[in-house]
Amino acid sequence: MSVLVLAQHDNRALDKATLHTVAAAARLPGPVHVLVAGSDCGAVAEAAAAVEGVAKVLKVEDPAYAHPLAEDLAALLVAIAGDYDDLLAPATTFGKNVMPRVAALLDVAQVSDVVEILGPDTFKRYIYAGNALATVKSRDARRVLTVRTTSFPAAGSRNGKAEIATVAAVESTGLSSFLGREVAKRERPELTSARIVVSGGRGLGSGENFKLLEELADVLGAAVGASRAAVDAGFVPNDYQVGQTGKIVAPELYIAVGISGAIQHLAGMKDSKVIVAINKDEEAPIFQVADYGLVGDLFKIVPELTAELRRARG
Amino acid sequence: MRVLVPVKRVVDYNVKIRIKSDQSGVDIAGLKMSMNPFDEIATEEAIRLKERGVASEIVAVSMGEAKCQETLRTALAMGADRAILVETAVELQPLAVAKLLKAIVAREQPGLVLMGKQAIDDDSNQTAQMLAGLLGWPQATFASKIEIGDGTATVGREVDEGIETIRVRLPAVISVDLRLNEPRYASLPNIMKAKKKPIDTLTPEALGVDPTPRLDYLRVEEPPKRKAGVKVGSVQELVAKLKGEAGVI
Ligand SMILES: Cc1cc2nc3c(=O)[nH]c(=O)nc-3n(C[C@H](O)[C@H](O)[C@H](O)COP(=O)(O)OP(=O)(O)OC[C@H]3O[C@@H](n4cnc5c(N)ncnc54)[C@H](O)[C@@H]3O)c2cc1C
Ligand SMILES: Nc1ncnc2c1ncn2[C@@H]1O[C@H](COP(=O)(O)O)[C@@H](O)[C@H]1O
Repeated sequence: MSVLVLAQHDNRALDKATLHTVAAAARLPGPVHVLVAGSDCGAVAEAAAAVEGVAKVLKVEDPAYAHPLAEDLAALLVAIAGDYDDLLAPATTFGKNVMPRVAALLDVAQVSDVVEILGPDTFKRYIYAGNALATVKSRDARRVLTVRTTSFPAAGSRNGKAEIATVAAVESTGLSSFLGREVAKRERPELTSARIVVSGGRGLGSGENFKLLEELADVLGAAVGASRAAVDAGFVPNDYQVGQTGKIVAPELYIAVGISGAIQHLAGMKDSKVIVAINKDEEAPIFQVADYGLVGDLFKIVPELTAELRRARG
Repeated sequence: MRVLVPVKRVVDYNVKIRIKSDQSGVDIAGLKMSMNPFDEIATEEAIRLKERGVASEIVAVSMGEAKCQETLRTALAMGADRAILVETAVELQPLAVAKLLKAIVAREQPGLVLMGKQAIDDDSNQTAQMLAGLLGWPQATFASKIEIGDGTATVGREVDEGIETIRVRLPAVISVDLRLNEPRYASLPNIMKAKKKPIDTLTPEALGVDPTPRLDYLRVEEPPKRKAGVKVGSVQELVAKLKGEAGVI
């Protein structure tokens, strides 16, 4: 039997989260198939067919899948699930929304946010905001998994292309409809895949002050993130949030500025390769996970750092 | 419209948990327990719906050991009208909770189930989606804005890309995110009044649900610890280190 990955995409491009999920799927027994459900999403199917480790792409085009609504996507997955032992999606808000519904309809317990695959039915995942790492074994005949993208490398491109099979849509449930999406346009790299992330917390004091971090991010080619406190205070939009209930990031370099280091924040960034903390409180818990700590006023340090990096870059 | 609010009893978010030395699980004996923070937000939202005349009755449900009554009392003190405890010694996982909730929905016929997006102990983020699937109802997960209209709910959802707005038919299951509202504290008079509000006790057997776990937690260990780093004295030193020994810029 085979493994099915539900592709995340916007009908134009395959989201990078899917590449990480394919890499995870390749560690399970059986060939990997990718389901591309969308509307006019031929280019996405082509892209999926060119991903290393993908044996086959299932393409379903229907206006009902123009936007990822859980009810219709779950109905589709359940209709084709019979051929598969494992169903996977990235643990993004897309995958988290759809997959548990699929699992329940198949009477399977989902394993959420898998960080390691130990065997066909045994996985590691974090619980308690990353404070404990659990090894879980599924008793079900089939598995539904969401995958933490930062824990698996992105699959590369394959020689040639996998077969693309067209699959019929399932009748829409009509239970929900998409009204719109406010997507902030940003010139910077995307938070979850950036090589460097600069994050700000309550210490920034205002949205205006985030400009300091943006200037720093620009010199480094970094993405900008934030703590929940900074998002709640309205300094930056919700999609900046890093943590237990925000995004999980694991860049090569994470610079935490004016962030105290609450466990819920650490849950989202402590797998970063190198962590730098800038905080005026030398007792701040963030220093316990930081490779390099700089104690002092961020309003003095951050501009200095930006200038120093500019100089270093020449 | 009746609103059902499932509330979970979890280790308080401020408390650091300990892992059992034999790695069999997390030792929560004697730790401060609270209502799952997301469920407080769901409860608050239900109360606001009632204050606006949209909801007529709020029923809180908690599942697990008898002590979940404390969590239900909190919900009642905040403003829920009555409560249901599903008492069991079996460790409940999301699929079992969803099945139990489905059985309760069949008895209570709510027009809306409002619940947390995630329990902060297991961090599963599954139960609402599972319940909606089992009921064949629409779902609106990670809600940061809810407007109830005529037979529909319009919901702003916190997604990775920003905010998405969808409309779902009612009845529906909505799971809430952190920024939906600020939960109220229960006042002393309301805490007193809550003591008189009714809590019904049921069991999985009475609801005809087999709650046996499907996932075995074989081992629970400390996550890999990061080595304590160094404090640097200046920006110049920091940049030198990042270029040199760390090699990240
Ligand atoms: C259920 C739940 C889920 C949560 N999920 C998340 C999550 O996903 N992500 C998240 O981040 N949080 C989350 N939180 C919130 C978390 O508990 C903390 O409240 C939050 O992370 C604190 O943000 P902060 O560090 O920016 O603010 P604070 O804790 O207030 O820290 C601000 C820091 O800035 C420093 N500072 C102030 N001024 C300056 C200055 N001029 N120069 C230098 N330093 C300065 C201070 O010393 C302090 O350390 C969650 C909480 C709950 C209950
Ligand atoms: N034992 C329980 N009792 C009541 N509600 C629960 C229970 N477990 C989960 N829930 C509900 O399901 C939500 C999501 O939990 P989870 O899927 O475990 O992350 C929680 O926020 C609660 O609203």
